[in-house]
Amino acid sequence: MSRDYILHKVRTALGRGAGQAVADPPPVRIRIPQVSIDDRIASLLERVRALAGQAVVADDPRAFIANIVAGKSAVASNAPFLADCGITGLPGVRSGITGREELRDLCATVDAGITCADYALADTGTLVLLASPHEARMISLLPPAHIAVVPRARILTGLDELFSLLPNPAEATSSMVLITGPSRTADIEQILVRGVHGPGSLTVLVV
Amino acid sequence: MSTEFAQKSHDALVDPKLQLAIYTSTARLKQNRIDAVSPAALPDYQELRAQANAIKKHTIDNLDHYLEELESNVAAHGGKVVYCKDGTEVSDFILNLAKERGAHLIVKSKSMTTEEVDLNERLEHHGLESVETDLGEYILQLAHERPYHIVAPALHMTRYQVADLFERELHAPREIVIEKQTALARSVLREKFLAADIGISGANFLVADSGAVVIVENEGNARLTTSAPKIHIAVAGIEKVIPRAQDLATFLKLLARSATGQLLSVYTSFLSGPRREGEIDGPEEFYVVLLDNGRTRLLPDKGKRQSLFCIRCGACLNTCPVYRKIGGHSFPWVYSGPIGAILTPQFMGTQHEPALPFASSLCGACGEVCPVKIDIPKVLLDLRSEVKKSDAREGRNRLEKLGFRLFAWLMTHPPLFEMAGRIARSMGWPTSRKGPLGAWLSERDLPPLPAHSFREMWRRR
Repeated sequence: MSRDYILHKVRTALGRGAGQAVADPPPVRIRIPQVSIDDRIASLLERVRALAGQAVVADDPRAFIANIVAGKSAVASNAPFLADCGITGLPGVRSGITGREELRDLCATVDAGITCADYALADTGTLVLLASPHEARMISLLPPAHIAVVPRARILTGLDELFSLLPNPAEATSSMVLITGPSRTADIEQILVRGVHGPGSLTVLVV
Repeated sequence: MSTEFAQKSHDALVDPKLQLAIYTSTARLKQNRIDAVSPAALPDYQELRAQANAIKKHTIDNLDHYLEELESNVAAHGGKVVYCKDGTEVSDFILNLAKERGAHLIVKSKSMTTEEVDLNERLEHHGLESVETDLGEYILQLAHERPYHIVAPALHMTRYQVADLFERELHAPREIVIEKQTALARSVLREKFLAADIGISGANFLVADSGAVVIVENEGNARLTTSAPKIHIAVAGIEKVIPRAQDLATFLKLLARSATGQLLSVYTSFLSGPRREGEIDGPEEFYVVLLDNGRTRLLPDKGKRQSLFCIRCGACLNTCPVYRKIGGHSFPWVYSGPIGAILTPQFMGTQHEPALPFASSLCGACGEVCPVKIDIPKVLLDLRSEVKKSDAREGRNRLEKLGFRLFAWLMTHPPLFEMAGRIARSMGWPTSRKGPLGAWLSERDLPPLPAHSFREMWRRR
């Protein structure tokens, strides 16, 4: 087994003994600025729009989403907040799916996926989604459009605040994903194309 | 300089379309980075660089400790760490696993580490189908080419070349509109994602305190690779480990800005272990393959060890006057540009391509843009000295040595030196491109010789 061989080689090269103690790493660098909630919302909207996403503050999220998905099909996550907003009950919207295969097949065919972001980062226009019984990975990934509902209290200033709230995200979930704008590529001649593998359309609704 | 290195560099230099492609692409990436790290956009950029450097230094200096911490935390979340010495061990592990699980189709997301060991070829040699899913990498796999650039792998190809390739390989009607080419690749690859048994990814960071793999990408293919199939295998070099999840607050701010000028890449995935109880989707099995493949050879030397700090942003390529002329395929291994010029000799031995550390003007631009502050010019100098020492040991530089001894002797005998100067002026510069100075003269125009030497003018003043 190469485990011991490699670790031995590393230790010999570094002049360290097995299990030798380690000095403390440099202190983490976390700087959280003071930003009012109104400014955080404004920054989030501006950043998402700069990435060609749509971003709005919605007083009536149900009506807003009803308008987008009218005549189309969508999958909504099992987040209680979406049900509370009445989004899961909209015509054409399916929700409450707990089977891996069933959800995947559905996500591969619907027009839009609707999620509830665990957090959003104001300074980069980023959505943070943690996989859980409420949020599946595929809903924000397979459909061509992603609609994310963000409760306004969940808008953080940025990465530093996120990692101070979740110093070890692995304790909470097997998968945390940060989404900053629609899927994109510039692999051919550096020409920007949206929606290469993930959703090409992103809508952020601050509630 | 090997003839291959010289020939490939020459081929790139005389290809005007390629020169334009390299120049415009790197110019755009370079400017995007400059804007993204400007004091107005990121006031604490220099502090972040210093912090990133300090964390990398600490981690590499104590690498065994953090590898073991990572290993136990991956296991705590239900995953498994597999240590591999080289490419053979990586492919053996994957082939065995595929056999046990009855797997045939593998989807892959972009990983320079797997390029190092030609993983696709090894797997396909044993009858597995292994498909690259990053658009650029997919194009290169169809074309049987190596990545041209660390972050923009198909930088050298035009839409017309892609059109020919797709027509030939995918049997689709010829299409030159880039959006439609992308849509075609999307639909072909979507089928693969949904049918794949195993997903193989790389890793941008391995987080010791969380047992997590962090993957940064723009397309969504890495998310699909790591969550659609039942098995996820992340292949990463042992140097990718960082101590804490909180260190990502430093590294993520630097990586995308340095690579493409984005504030963050579109998708940053933080993955620890397989799908957990109650989670709806995600892989059932999770493996982290830790690859040595020559990395431990870089550890003994405290100065050159810093080469392992690299986070593969590609900023040094975009700013390098040499890369921007000779391009990525002139370099003898998968890593190109300044970082390739210091990694390749250390991974493969300086004799793999002895000219590599010399393929630099030592202008220092690479060191200046490096987000983790690797002193690339210093490492280049160290490697030059190594090449020369080995040349001396092997007696390969006899002619050079003789030349310099003759020169030293002339310089210490002024009358002879003056006479030699007069003879040289009467004969003119050598113009033949053959002989020991041929390579040097082939790319340079020498200034005309003056009629009188400095000494003569001084005497006549």
